[in-house]
Amino acid sequence: MGKLQSKIPDGPLEDKWNNHKNSVRLVSPANKNNLDIIVVGTGLSGASAASTLGELGYNVKSFCFQDSPRRAHSVAAQGGINAAKNYKNDGDSVFRLFKDIIKGGDYRAREAYVYRAAQVSNQSIDQLVAAGVPFAREYSGYLDNRSFGGVQVSRTFYASGQTGQQCLLGAYSGLTRQIARGRVKMYARREMLELVVVEGKARGIITRNLVTGEMERHSAHAVVLATGGYGTIYYLSTLAVGSNASAAWAAHRKGAFFANPSFVQIHPTSIPQLNDFQAKLTLMSESLRNDGRIWVPKKKGDKRHPVNIKEEERDYYLERRYPAFGNLVPRDVASRAAKERCDAGYGVGDTGLSVYLDFSHAIEKHGKEAIKSKYENLFEMYEKITGNSPYKEPMRIYPAGHYTMGGLWVDYNLMTTIPGLFAIGESNFSDHGANRLGAGSLMQCAGDGYFILPVTIGDYLADEIKTARISKDIPEFEQAEKAAKEKLQSLMAINGKQTVNSFHRRLGRIMWDMCGMVRNEKGLKKALKMISDLKEEFLKDVRIPGAINEINQELERAVRVADFFDLGQLMVHDALSREESCGAHFREESQTAEGEAKRIDSRYSYVALWEYQGEGNKHSLHKEELVFENVEVQERSYK
Amino acid sequence: MEFKLKIWRQKNARSQGAFVEYFISGVSKEMSFLEMLDYLNKTLIESGDNPVAFEHDCREGICGSCSLYINGRPHGPDDLIATCELRMTKFKSGDTIIVEPWRAKSFPVLRDLIVDRYAFDKIMQAGGFISVNSGAAPEANSIPVSREVADEAFDAAICIGCGACVAACKNSSAMLFVAAKVSQLALLPQGKPEAEKRARAMVAKMDELGFGSCSNTGACEAECPKGISLAHIARLNREFLLAVFKT
Amino acid sequence: MSSFINTSIGKKFLISITGLFLISFLAVHLTGNLFLLAGQESFNLVAHFMATDRVISFMEPLLAVGFLLHIVFTAYLTITNQFKRPQKFAKVDHRQTSSWPSQNMFVLGGLIFIFLVLHLSNFWYQMQFGEMDYILYGDIWVQDAYSLVTGKFIIWWYVLIYVAGAVFLGLHLLHGFKSAFFSLGLYNKVWGGRLMLIGAIYSIIITVGFSLIPVYFLIGHLTG
Repeated sequence: MGKLQSKIPDGPLEDKWNNHKNSVRLVSPANKNNLDIIVVGTGLSGASAASTLGELGYNVKSFCFQDSPRRAHSVAAQGGINAAKNYKNDGDSVFRLFKDIIKGGDYRAREAYVYRAAQVSNQSIDQLVAAGVPFAREYSGYLDNRSFGGVQVSRTFYASGQTGQQCLLGAYSGLTRQIARGRVKMYARREMLELVVVEGKARGIITRNLVTGEMERHSAHAVVLATGGYGTIYYLSTLAVGSNASAAWAAHRKGAFFANPSFVQIHPTSIPQLNDFQAKLTLMSESLRNDGRIWVPKKKGDKRHPVNIKEEERDYYLERRYPAFGNLVPRDVASRAAKERCDAGYGVGDTGLSVYLDFSHAIEKHGKEAIKSKYENLFEMYEKITGNSPYKEPMRIYPAGHYTMGGLWVDYNLMTTIPGLFAIGESNFSDHGANRLGAGSLMQCAGDGYFILPVTIGDYLADEIKTARISKDIPEFEQAEKAAKEKLQSLMAINGKQTVNSFHRRLGRIMWDMCGMVRNEKGLKKALKMISDLKEEFLKDVRIPGAINEINQELERAVRVADFFDLGQLMVHDALSREESCGAHFREESQTAEGEAKRIDSRYSYVALWEYQGEGNKHSLHKEELVFENVEVQERSYK
Repeated sequence: MEFKLKIWRQKNARSQGAFVEYFISGVSKEMSFLEMLDYLNKTLIESGDNPVAFEHDCREGICGSCSLYINGRPHGPDDLIATCELRMTKFKSGDTIIVEPWRAKSFPVLRDLIVDRYAFDKIMQAGGFISVNSGAAPEANSIPVSREVADEAFDAAICIGCGACVAACKNSSAMLFVAAKVSQLALLPQGKPEAEKRARAMVAKMDELGFGSCSNTGACEAECPKGISLAHIARLNREFLLAVFKT
Repeated sequence: MSSFINTSIGKKFLISITGLFLISFLAVHLTGNLFLLAGQESFNLVAHFMATDRVISFMEPLLAVGFLLHIVFTAYLTITNQFKRPQKFAKVDHRQTSSWPSQNMFVLGGLIFIFLVLHLSNFWYQMQFGEMDYILYGDIWVQDAYSLVTGKFIIWWYVLIYVAGAVFLGLHLLHGFKSAFFSLGLYNKVWGGRLMLIGAIYSIIITVGFSLIPVYFLIGHLTG
């Protein structure tokens, strides 16, 4: 357990970060110029980290698999970014933001990390505004805030429904400035395949040039992963199709512990799958549940048009099951309830995997214009995609995989268990516990990239100032490159019959059914077997046309899916080992009489860390106990 | 639904491309255009052919990856959408659909329908930023910005960098792309100190990289998935001319 | 300055300035021409004024330079723009996105140029270097430009060419008028619609005005 020093500084909660900043070692400007840092990923955390490190004088190499760093999936975050500015004078503070995140995460996150995230949130807003992010403003000219996700204060900064895009482009513009200055060298259309570890330290990466197919070696004194989440393991999710876990997984295979892999947030209101070829699910804002009523037919397999189903033949199951909260139950409850109805055969639509969200009562009561003024955008978007007007008939919605709270374990310096390898943003596990609050992901990404990593990485690099530029012609690089090459060659050599996507879709279905919103021991054990069978079939029968030395999107997908099999197994193991329900992780065995999630703090108040033990071997589990000194651990209740 | 597809196939940047015809049936009207292509690719892979390479990522119209020129229009026959938001209901069964990559000297084709748009990043590197280091920012509310100005800046800032404006322009001009950024940052007080330098640098880079000049036809505005207004091009012209005449 | 002209916006600036100059010239020209409708003496005196006034004489070479710059720079940009897309699209559909004139300014400009050569050789060249009749008004001898013009406008295909020229010019202005303001940066959301409207009205006045005159004389000839 020597590796598991979380390095949380001493002192009162509110002083820890300042104390730490005052005590971390610094690297002089002259020495920074001799130090190379690799940053993989150009989302909000990666772009802000790369640009800030470049400003500080380090030599930075930045990598992304997209054609441009501006396309990273932070671009799709909608709602906003939280900060404890208290501009509304409604009693908000760093402590309240901290407390809300801890509670929202169902007491499965570390206090010191979360407090720091809340502390730097204000600086992030200052930084983004200065970078030209056009956040919404009041008529006075001052920044506007809105409330979000059921908290009692308004602390969410937003730019219409495109906050993520605007924040990302702000960070991206800073990155382009450092590229122009020559402090950052940009490598677009590169996929990281291997991490290179030399004498126990992360020293470089192997990438595939996605245009030429060439293997490339890149060395550095430290490597930062900002590679996002792995929600695409479900195949259908709200994530970008290209989002993947391969870089994080490569690091994990080289010794970085993976924390809480089974903690995945499922968003309750997305447009359901419309056809078998669908590649992605589109989110519909949760706010719709303020006026919409959710129902399914009382009769199993009722295929009548919804407007022809009479009132008494409808089952408003949320209102029935949760009379106090009705349609406004929290995300996880709404998601699970929809799944329960569909699994029982009451789902609607061709696939039977959706429920109705009905506005007819609201329109009757408030008038069409009132509803239109609130939801016009969303109704239009819905109609564009489905061809149906929510004014005339109910929407169909279904939950979708959205955000992964789990990720690479990091210490207070955001360093993984591999010295010199750092993980920031969604790719680490640090801030959100078992459930993330709305507008929290942008907050974490900006904080990690702009203000935390650039300080803490110095603590590591201070020891590296005497290390010369890392040579790429050493056996470690050769071996890593060979391993990457062999992996690609073996995939190409399978030459079977089925497409990569067909496997991914099947894997996604297994994960969704058995390691999604609701988990139980029987299902999880079944999933383990199914995943391993599917992986075997994949390795025998996948077909990847084309060659390695050209643009080959099927090969790119195959590499990602191959890693998803292994990650999927780990997620299932993690879900199996945590025999409690907490946040988004709902074990059927651990629920109250009313069917609510039952946390078992006495046994599971820990972060589960999984250590890779080699191909085909079982992971070993380490536990980092969680200590709560500043908040009272309570039960989540919706009664 | 069934369609005759004429799709541009090109092995790599050096090779000569050509249209290849495919017949596809069993397309459901609920598919998006890209899902129809996914379906085509599945049949191609299963029959031993190479799938059609095209760019896509978020599939909800915000990342700007998708870039198909369909039946003579960037992002196809619908307004205010990226290709990924185009639905098959916009076509009639039996239609012939011509699918091409963006075509411009500055956007060389890399394979099939994938083009290299790194020129856009280079234009951004020339000055599409505010030079503020991390930590140097003042308190966010210290500079009020009127709501009208903030909204107008936002309307320019929503550019997704897809390149439809270049494809739509008869001159392959990148003026709308450049204008969106110059205009956004020139409107905001934070961006004003560098506004003139920025306009000059970005226009010079745009010219250097081989984009054409602007004819104010308005085709870019009409095809822009985010409906970015030509007014921003006028503002770019103004910023540029002011910068030149002041020095 | 040379670096300014080397930029695309710099060239557009010159095209706009010269374009606006030519637009203002058209107004003067049309005003003069409308005197044709007022009779022989009025028109001839106006023509004489135009030919002898110092300001007008000073503007004449400037006008020629304006034309030349407008043509040279648009030709340069249009031709270089052709090379910005080496591989053309197989199918282009601009119908719903931009007006036909805006897509075909160079074609329209070319047609106007051909018309201009014809027009100058018919009238301007004739009046400068050809044999003209003179009429005595008061105590000055004045060229009988009126007879020269009306003599042409009774030939139907001449009239047709002039009407066509006026239509080309109107279409060119329909886009050119507002585009010039655009390129100078003199446009915003408030003035956008107004400029379009003013440009359209101006284009119609120019087209109708210049068409009216030959048609008037042709009809007069045919009916009289």
